[in-house]
Order: sequence, then structure tokens, then C-alpha cells
Amino acid sequence: MSDLAIRVENISKQYRIGLAQERPDTLRDLLVMGFRRFKHKISGAGSGKYDDPAHIWALKDVSFEVERGQVLGIVGRNGAGKSTLLKILSRVTDPTEGYGEIHGRVGSLLEVGTGFHPELSGRENIYLNGAILGMRREEIDQKFDEIVAFSEVGKFIDTPVKRFSSGMYLRLAFAVAAHLEPEILVVDEVLAVGDAEFQRKCLGKMNDVAQEGRTVLFVSHNMSAILRLTQETIVLDQGKIVMRAPTPEAVDHYLNMGLTKQGERFWTEEELGGKSDAFIPAALRVLNKAGKVADTVNAAEGFSIEFEYRLRDAISGLRVGLYMMTTRGEYVFTTFDTDDPELYQEYSVRPAGYYISKCQIPPNLMNEGRFILGLNASVYRIRRYFQEDKALTFTVDATGAPGTHWPEQRLGPVRPHFEWAIEHKEN
Amino acid sequence: MRVCRRPSNGIGSIGINFIAMENSQQKVKQSPIIYLRPSKGWLSIDFKELWRYRELIFFLTWRDIKVRYKQAVLGISWAILQPLLTTLIFTVIFGILLDTPSQDLPYPLFSMSALLPWQLFSTALQRSSVSLVGNANLITKIYFPRLAIPLSSVFAALVDFAVSFVVLLLVMAYYQYWPGWTILWLIPIVLLALLTALAVGLWLSALNVQYRDIQHMVPFLIQVWMYASPIVYPIEIIPEGIWRWLYGLNPMVGVIQGFRWALLGGNPPDITMLISILVVMVLLISGLYYFRRMEKTFADVV
Repeated sequence: MSDLAIRVENISKQYRIGLAQERPDTLRDLLVMGFRRFKHKISGAGSGKYDDPAHIWALKDVSFEVERGQVLGIVGRNGAGKSTLLKILSRVTDPTEGYGEIHGRVGSLLEVGTGFHPELSGRENIYLNGAILGMRREEIDQKFDEIVAFSEVGKFIDTPVKRFSSGMYLRLAFAVAAHLEPEILVVDEVLAVGDAEFQRKCLGKMNDVAQEGRTVLFVSHNMSAILRLTQETIVLDQGKIVMRAPTPEAVDHYLNMGLTKQGERFWTEEELGGKSDAFIPAALRVLNKAGKVADTVNAAEGFSIEFEYRLRDAISGLRVGLYMMTTRGEYVFTTFDTDDPELYQEYSVRPAGYYISKCQIPPNLMNEGRFILGLNASVYRIRRYFQEDKALTFTVDATGAPGTHWPEQRLGPVRPHFEWAIEHKEN
Repeated sequence: MRVCRRPSNGIGSIGINFIAMENSQQKVKQSPIIYLRPSKGWLSIDFKELWRYRELIFFLTWRDIKVRYKQAVLGISWAILQPLLTTLIFTVIFGILLDTPSQDLPYPLFSMSALLPWQLFSTALQRSSVSLVGNANLITKIYFPRLAIPLSSVFAALVDFAVSFVVLLLVMAYYQYWPGWTILWLIPIVLLALLTALAVGLWLSALNVQYRDIQHMVPFLIQVWMYASPIVYPIEIIPEGIWRWLYGLNPMVGVIQGFRWALLGGNPPDITMLISILVVMVLLISGLYYFRRMEKTFADVV
């Protein structure tokens, strides 16, 4: 027997955009569609049905192999084709082109709680969901107590799940899914939900599965989970595999993908689309000590970050915030321009007009490395005007920072200058 | 590699370890290679696979029944009340007011013995035709033979039927009718009713995935179909010859005639029964193939 678990060759999947709406619902639509197609044809654009603008390739020529027992991560932005790939691998849908083979039973956790019925009790749902996921009845009988224990729903097991809290519901759903024993497990974003404690538990369970030597394909936006669970990762972008590499490298590539390295970032009208609102972002810049836009700044000198934006209308209670993140997705800090009570008072209402919020990062705070800036503009608990998690990346150079006389890499995202005292006691 | 790894895993408990090993061996034996290819043309029907998923069909059927009577005060008694109330209405309107002939049977018995197979059929058809759309969340997330869904809807109708059948026996007892050995014929006749519902249900459920018009059409279809079946009137009012033949194209004619005869005696089913069977077979086989052909796109379209 070969040691291959999954092999796919040039798998492609095409979707019609808005398939349901595509069909002519009325005679008028039918005529409009016919005209468009005609125009398309005479303009010579597009050859063959596959270039039709009404079609998109969700996946294009994807080929890879997964060995038995491997835990492979799959990352990519929304719409990169991750879910389509998993759907094809779990046979929910067929590829439009290409070929693939899968050696062994596939269990998929494309969404926990699939097939749960709100009217049925927890107990009933365990059996139903188990059967849907492909477990045999005796298998469920055997694992029933284990599943209930894992889910911690305890005495509510005979209550209809519609009366469950969302946390209980989720725990029960994951508990059933976690007790599947397929040879190949396909997991999509199950960890995106639930509280921290539950997430830890899920990760632990996933780890166990991997330890048992089963093949796991793991899709997540949670980079630390990907880093913890997988050795190798595929990066998907626009339906294609752009990279397959050891996980740390792949994650790094993914987080840097499509980000400018200019130290500056602008928002165009087009980019904002129809979303243009009372709040319009204009530019984000990283400035060095001299006040020049720079991709690389020095940690020992300090630097600043400025965010330029426009308010079309007056907004009261607006706060503009920065998130600093490492390329591994860990947050370093969050700060808002009205954290200071005085500024908070002064700018309780911001009239329409141009603004620049500038944040001074003190010397000797950051460690060397590449960082990601996220932005947020909101009125606390009322409304979020703008949010971008990966607005800009920049590099921090640690020349002159504390301890650089040892040319070693220091752990952690910060590298502050601490007061140390050394006492020498005789004897 | 794998086989070696497994036993070393279950250090905790020998018992569990033993089960795990057995499982893994079983899996190694089964371990089928699944091929992923674009679907083209007509596909054969994989009955073996369907059989492997029989427990899923059972659970889906069980869910349908459970859910239907959850949070209803009268619960499963609705399965008794429905045919009883309809019989009452038909008896008043067609039996008493219109004085419809009823093959020398008491009218309530005459109509109820037809209503039972009819309601079996209509419930099964109604539920199966919307079943795929109703289970869209499953179809788009998990693989299993899609046939399991309309099949389980059809089976679920059987439970209602079983309950109301007991009531029919009681009504028969009240009118002092005792079924003879012909009652055994009920089994193939009920099967024919189910197959009819499944055949039409396969077509309509697959069509409904793309054209939601179907689910608006089904209630009318069922209504028209009911009046085209000998439920409120006896088959005798249809002229013999070509008309009777045409009438027999409706498979429910054979089912209802057969059902009445098996329980209450009277004229045994004639040539119309054969026509009914033939029509059902044609509908069923074409329905299965159409369903199979469309199955691969359900997840994308639904």
C-alpha cells in the first residue's frame, strides 16, 4: 500500500456568479442577458464558456499530495478557495476539471453542528449528527458517555438544543465531531468560535488526532493554531497554491501577502467602494525619528505612526485606534487616540474635516522584526466606522536597542529598556 | 507504519486498545480509494453505497417523524385525526349530500379505505419533493448519497400510515367487515404506493433544487391528482375501454383499487393494475437516473 493519503492533480472548480439570480426570472431579464452575451461575443472578449464574466474559477489547477499521517495546514484569505478545496476533498461537490484520489475514509468538520435539529434533545442530536457524520450506531453507543463528558452539557442532555446557550450548543456539536475516527480528517474553522477554554480543549483534541497518526487537513485563520498543529502549510490565493512550505515560513508569507513595503498606505475611492461613510480613511504612515516615511524604523530611536482621515459629518465619541501585531498574528498592543482623558474631553465631538491622529512610539519599546498595523475607528459600543486588520507592515530594526552588544535574536515582540540593579554582596 | 503505531497508543487501557485495533483493521480492509473527477453524463446508481448508509436513512426518517410531532399538543394523534376528519367531510358531502355510489360499501368505509393509501402517497410526495431544499444545510456540508434524503421522507410517511391503519381496522370492525386472506396483498400494494411517491418525488425534489416553482406547484398537483383517483367516487363511473385504460395511467388508481379490494373485497384489480405498475417503473427508473445526474450539482445550486 502506498503511503499517500490524498493526491490531487490540476483540480479546478468553476462557479457561476450568483447562480440563482443568473437564471432569467422574467422575460425582461432574459432579453438583457441575451443582449449582454451578444455584445460580449462581437467584442471578441473571452473565448469559450470559461472566460464568461459570469463564471469565476474558485480553484484553478491545484495539485498536491498529502502523505498518510501528515497534518497539513491550509491558509488563505476569504475567497481564496480554501472551502471549495475542502468541499471537493470531502466530496460535497465535484471538481469542474482535474483528478484526485483519496485513500481512506474522509471525515469532515466543515461546520460543527451540521444537521443539528433545534427541536431535538441533546441525546437525540448526538445520534442524528453522528449518523450524518458517518458514524455507525454501535460506534455512537460506545462513545456516547465520552461525548457527553467532553461536551460538559451534563444534565441538559435531554433538553431540546434550542434551549441551549450558544456555548453549550457548540460544545456538544464539536464533541460529536471530535469523536469521529476517519483516516482523513478535514477541519474548517471550527476554532473560530467558542470561548478560550473551549478552544484550548478543541486544539488539544486535534492534537490527539494528529498524534494518532491520522491525516489531517486543517483550515484556519488562527495562525497560532496553524503553527501549533501543523508542520507544513499550503497558502492559497485566488484559487491557486502560491506556496507550500514548512508552516512558519508559509504563515509568514501569508501574513505579508499583498502588503506594501513602502511604510505608507493610501485608500482610494474605489477601494472603499460604496462603503463611503461619515468616516473616510486617507493614509497611514510609519515615520522615523526624523519624520520621514520609512519602511524600516529604529527601535532605539523611537518612531511614530500617523493616520490621516476625513470626517464627512461630525461624529461624537469617535476614537481612532491602532493595533500592533506580529507577523505570527499575536497582538502586541492596542491604543486609541483618545485614551488620554484630556484629549477625550477635547475631542468629545469631532466636527467634519481633515484629521491626523499621530501616535508616538517611544524609544526602546519594540523588538526587532516585522510588524503589522491594524486600524479601527469607532464609537464605543455604538458603531464601528472603519476596521482594517492588516493595513500596513513595517520593519523594526534593533540597532542600538538594549542588549544589542550580543548579536542574538531576542524572544518576544517587545524589547524595553528596563532598570536593572546588580548588587554585589561580599561573601 | 500505521498498524505498528496503533497498539503503542492505548497504553491507558487494554480494553480500549483492543477495540481500536479491531476498528483499524476493519478500516484497512475497507479503506477504499475514492476518486474525484468531474461528473459527466449519466451515472450508475450505487445501491451498495446506499445500503452502507442505511443507518443514516433510518436516523433521517426518525428525525422527520420526531420533529413533526414535537411541540404539538396532540402529537401523533394527528395521524389518526387527519384521515378521520377527512372521511367525515367526504361522507357528508359526497356520501350524504351527493349520494355518490360506493360499490355497496358504507360510504365512510369506502372513502376511508381509499384515503389511507392516498394520504400515504400524498404525504410522502409532498415531503420528498421539498426534502432536498429543506436539507440544504446538510447537502452543502457533508457527503452522503443524496438519495437518502427523499427516501427518508417517503419512509417517514409510512409511520403515519401505520397509525391510521389501526384506526381503519377499528372502523371496519364497527361496520362488521373482516378482512380475508387478501389482506396480504396490502404489502405489495403499499409498496407500490411508496414507489409511486418516490418516483415522482425524485423528479420533483431534484427539479426543486434549481426551480423553486416546484414547491408552489406540488399542492395543486396533489389536489388534481386526488380527484383523478377513485377516492370519493368508484372506478365504475369511468367508462370502460379506452377511458379506463387512460385512467389506469394514474398509478394511484391501481393502488387504491387494490387497497379496497384487499381489505373489503369486491372487484379485484384488473388490467389497470398492470398499467399502473408499468407507469411507476418507468417513472422510477427515469427519476433515479435524473436524480443521479443532478445530484452532483445539488451542493452548488441549492
